[in-house]
Amino acid sequence: MHPVVKLVTQRIALGLLLLLAVSALIFFGVAALPGDTAQAMLGQSATPEALANLREKLGLNEPIVWRYLHWLGGFLTGDLGVSLANGQDIAKSVGQRLGNTLFLASCSAVIAVPLAITLGLIAARYNGRWPDKLISGVTLATISLPEFVAGYIVMYFLAVRWHIFLPTSLVFSSMGFLERLQAIALPVIVLVMVVLAHMMRMTRAAILNVMESAYIETAELKGLSPIKVIWRHAFPNAIAPVVNVVMLNLAYLVVGVVVVEVVFAYSGMGQFLVDSVTKRDMPVVLACGMIFAAIYIGLNIVADVVSILTNPRLRHPK
Amino acid sequence: MRRLPVSALIGLLLTGAFFAVAIFAQWLAPYQIGEIVGGVWDPASSAHLLGTDSIGRDLLTRMIYGAQVTIFVATCATILSFVTGSVLGFLAATAGGWVDQALSRFVDLVMAIPSLILALVVLTAVDVTLPTLIIVMGLLDSTRVFRLSRAVAVDITVMDYVEAARLRGEGQGWVIFSEILPNALTPLIAELGLRFIFAVLFISTLSFLGLGVQPPLADWGGLVKENSAGLIYGKSAALAPAMAIAALAISVNLVADWVLSRTTSLKGGRGA
Repeated sequence: MHPVVKLVTQRIALGLLLLLAVSALIFFGVAALPGDTAQAMLGQSATPEALANLREKLGLNEPIVWRYLHWLGGFLTGDLGVSLANGQDIAKSVGQRLGNTLFLASCSAVIAVPLAITLGLIAARYNGRWPDKLISGVTLATISLPEFVAGYIVMYFLAVRWHIFLPTSLVFSSMGFLERLQAIALPVIVLVMVVLAHMMRMTRAAILNVMESAYIETAELKGLSPIKVIWRHAFPNAIAPVVNVVMLNLAYLVVGVVVVEVVFAYSGMGQFLVDSVTKRDMPVVLACGMIFAAIYIGLNIVADVVSILTNPRLRHPK
Repeated sequence: MRRLPVSALIGLLLTGAFFAVAIFAQWLAPYQIGEIVGGVWDPASSAHLLGTDSIGRDLLTRMIYGAQVTIFVATCATILSFVTGSVLGFLAATAGGWVDQALSRFVDLVMAIPSLILALVVLTAVDVTLPTLIIVMGLLDSTRVFRLSRAVAVDITVMDYVEAARLRGEGQGWVIFSEILPNALTPLIAELGLRFIFAVLFISTLSFLGLGVQPPLADWGGLVKENSAGLIYGKSAALAPAMAIAALAISVNLVADWVLSRTTSLKGGRGA
């Protein structure tokens, strides 16, 4: 077997194993915490009989390992159980919202990734001079802003003061593609702001790291123009770290989405998760938490696989 | 001692001011915390420097008390994360073997899940009170301190003076607290500021989501949430606490940057 195939297979297997461990950690961790789902649902004034009935109905009297396997099996076959709050099928409620969240996240990624790489290249080209300082300064300021602060500042100026966009992002299933794009403009701007800074700074660092290599000095001594040195010699070697940076930030985007969705009342997974935590609806929280963790770990696996594939030393072993 | 850069000076002054406000909130606040003193979202005036909030309380007063809650929770969580993280990290580095493996793999596992998601799952199961918030935030963040302190301590445990201490028969506790801790302090202190910022942003985000500090107490994140409804009608009350969070984060960042650059240059680029 080609060593690269082996490496990639190993990495993916390791990722799946990690996912399994995460599911166990979340499930058993929650079970070990001092809290009782039945008590939380019925409140402090519940009679012992009502509590016992509800425990029986929820299957809380089964052994914990059995409950875990049941839950995991359901998860793998797409059966996420029913919500405690309204008895609805969780998989159904998640489906539509997951689509909305992925739409929001991918629109932000489509704008943020090329922009961040371009800005990172410019900052690396003019390292230490005013374009670099300007870009770095502005991005440092946006890093210090939590997502919801950025969200309200953008909302206040763009929607309330200058009336360019609508302040909330309501989407319906009957909406067309363009209408949807218009509705999510503000959350997309906020998410781009939040991930752009990290992505750009890490891209800049990755390229500057490559720029210290001896072959770059050779290229410079040959008399190539600085932008050509970066584009032809530094960038191809920086692809692996840059792809890593991009993937890590996309994973970060998946979490940033939670807060931004709440700010703009966008009906996605994040809003759903936060609502369910407020209602103490444990099955929904577990399902949403696992989906977020799975996407996060999945993107990390993709990042590792891409960096294996783009590394010429691993592709052509001696 | 080198000259203090302007950015670090500004950072230090602002951070000091924020902490002073937090400590002396009871004497600085112009009104009582729950007192209704005006109309709903009155604009700024000489009586109410920042205007009033969603039910007519003085916003400046709420902000000053909010500073106390935010900074108190963030400080406690940071201390907890440093004590747990560094002790376990040093232990993993000195003990080695299965202790190291077990602790490190467990930390890897916890760090594979985004903190916010994990915190939300945990906060569904337990009652949300100040102590539980501090414990959840502190323990989640201690994974990062663990990694750093383990990495630093692994370098130190191979030093000759540690071996000398071991040979003269000192126990694990002595090695950790008298040999490793003093030598690992510099990079850890540089990290302290960054972890504090993270804690401030984390508690603000949780409170903003309604899952952090519960009423009648209010921290800055909670104040943003309370006043966010007014934003659509052009009432900017929610922006003041939002700006306070950003200002605190930026000023601590300036100080942390300075400490980091000092320690890295002292250690030949090997700090943090």
